[in-house]
Amino acid sequence: MLREKTMQDYLAPLVRDIPPSGIRRFFDLVSASKDIISLGVGEPDFVTPWHVREACVYSLERGNTRYTPNAGMLELREEISKYLNHSFHLDYHPDKEILVTIGGSEAIDLALRALIVPGDEVLIPEPCYISYSPITAIGGGIPVGIETFAKDNFKLTAESLRAKITPKSKVLILCYPSNPTGGIMSYEDWLPIAKLVEEHDLIVISDEIYAELTYNQKHVSFASMPGMKDRTILVSGFSKAFAMTGWRLGYACGHPDLIAAMLKIHQYTVMCAPVMGQVAALEALRNGMDEKDKMVESYNQRRRLVVHGFRDIGLDCHEPEGAFYAFPSIASTGLSSEEFAQRLLSEARVAAVPGDVFGLGGEGFIRCSYATSVSQLNEALDRIDKFVRKLQAG
Amino acid sequence: MSELKLKILDLLKEDARRGADLIATMLGEAKETVEAAIAELEADHIIVKYATVVNWSKVEEDKVTALIEVSITPERVHGFDAIAERIYLYPEVKSVYLMSGAYDLLVEIEGKSLKDVALFVSNKLSSIDRVLSTKTHFILKKYKQDGIIFEDHEEDNRLLISP
Repeated sequence: MLREKTMQDYLAPLVRDIPPSGIRRFFDLVSASKDIISLGVGEPDFVTPWHVREACVYSLERGNTRYTPNAGMLELREEISKYLNHSFHLDYHPDKEILVTIGGSEAIDLALRALIVPGDEVLIPEPCYISYSPITAIGGGIPVGIETFAKDNFKLTAESLRAKITPKSKVLILCYPSNPTGGIMSYEDWLPIAKLVEEHDLIVISDEIYAELTYNQKHVSFASMPGMKDRTILVSGFSKAFAMTGWRLGYACGHPDLIAAMLKIHQYTVMCAPVMGQVAALEALRNGMDEKDKMVESYNQRRRLVVHGFRDIGLDCHEPEGAFYAFPSIASTGLSSEEFAQRLLSEARVAAVPGDVFGLGGEGFIRCSYATSVSQLNEALDRIDKFVRKLQAG
Repeated sequence: MSELKLKILDLLKEDARRGADLIATMLGEAKETVEAAIAELEADHIIVKYATVVNWSKVEEDKVTALIEVSITPERVHGFDAIAERIYLYPEVKSVYLMSGAYDLLVEIEGKSLKDVALFVSNKLSSIDRVLSTKTHFILKKYKQDGIIFEDHEEDNRLLISP
């Protein structure tokens, strides 16, 4: 007898077969709980600075409500070009090498869609942001995780990259400073990676959305490494540095041919990024640096507080040097990440994201965002302390 | 002033109850260093007092506040300071500023009623020698003070978990 067709059967297998995100499952669990302190939030606790919001409001009042050029307002691209040059020694031509997108997320999607031929392998250091693998898979690419380790501060090493390179390898996705580990890469760390990229003729998608949030040293863009500019699609945006997550505004920079290809998809799918966000982003770049610096200083203070707190509790916590996450190990408790996170939620009313949702190497860790008020952080650390003690007492 | 002291002041201004321990951790300094810096700030009267910011409009108690523009003739030698002192010694006076522009002193006065404040201005302030004129403005509502917004704010409305 023929099985009855369900709606599922109409779906494209590539989409249907993508497993639901682990973070989504945990979100549902957390949303059903009350009176919790959440360290699971992946966005700044600051509201977008008022002068940025005000610039957008003023522009709306003036009736600035129409399409912009596909690649984004030229003024904004010029400002992005200047900013990248000034802050990270990068040199992108506003006309042909910069594309304004709907968040960094769209830029990553465009880049992968422009590059992937079904069967291509995409190298992804993990634990990492949860979107890279699914987007790769939707395009018919094969995500190849590369495990990184706490003992290396979750840096990508040349040996582990080399071990995963095959003749099918085409793209390497980098995300440093890293969500969820807080790991960063220095000039010296990048050198052997750049060499391998050259040797194996890889294209790099470098997601540098947390570039402004580094604490012990300034961020080094992979695209600024010798010979890497043309091989790299730099992805960044305004969400983390300027507390502008909900505006959904990002950009991609790269070789004119790559950007032109991405622009083709962008113009047929979304036409242009929303003009309101572009106006706000322009104001953020022109007048937002002081406020950005204050926010970074405030994250740094809270970063010290949580790392100190976790170590006091007796949990191993490598020093996160970027982004706004601590990634302590909970292996000593004998629980898996999922068990620990679920019990922490139900017994101590603190939400943290279990590390395994971020891929290889995430098991045994939890991601704790410190973009939350000092008093909440102190209270959360207190609760975690009591919880861990209770576990130890058995 | 050292950068450390400036950072300490910023942290204490946000929350005066923060202890040296917490501040030291947040700044990555030794506790003793922070304690010493705070002690110096206190000794130098840079930290004048650890006070509480109160939204009195939520307290059920009659309280009227006014800002008084005061024009004066400055004294020889002592300039404005001597008269300012005569004024700020009254407990009813909450703050006194020397101003540039159309008048000289801006005086904040607190009383139990409009009449209370008006009488203080006419009896005490206006009668001081060298006070030429006063102009009283009653404060109807306080929105923000010392960088702190008084309106009840929307709670943190972020999604509890996001990637």
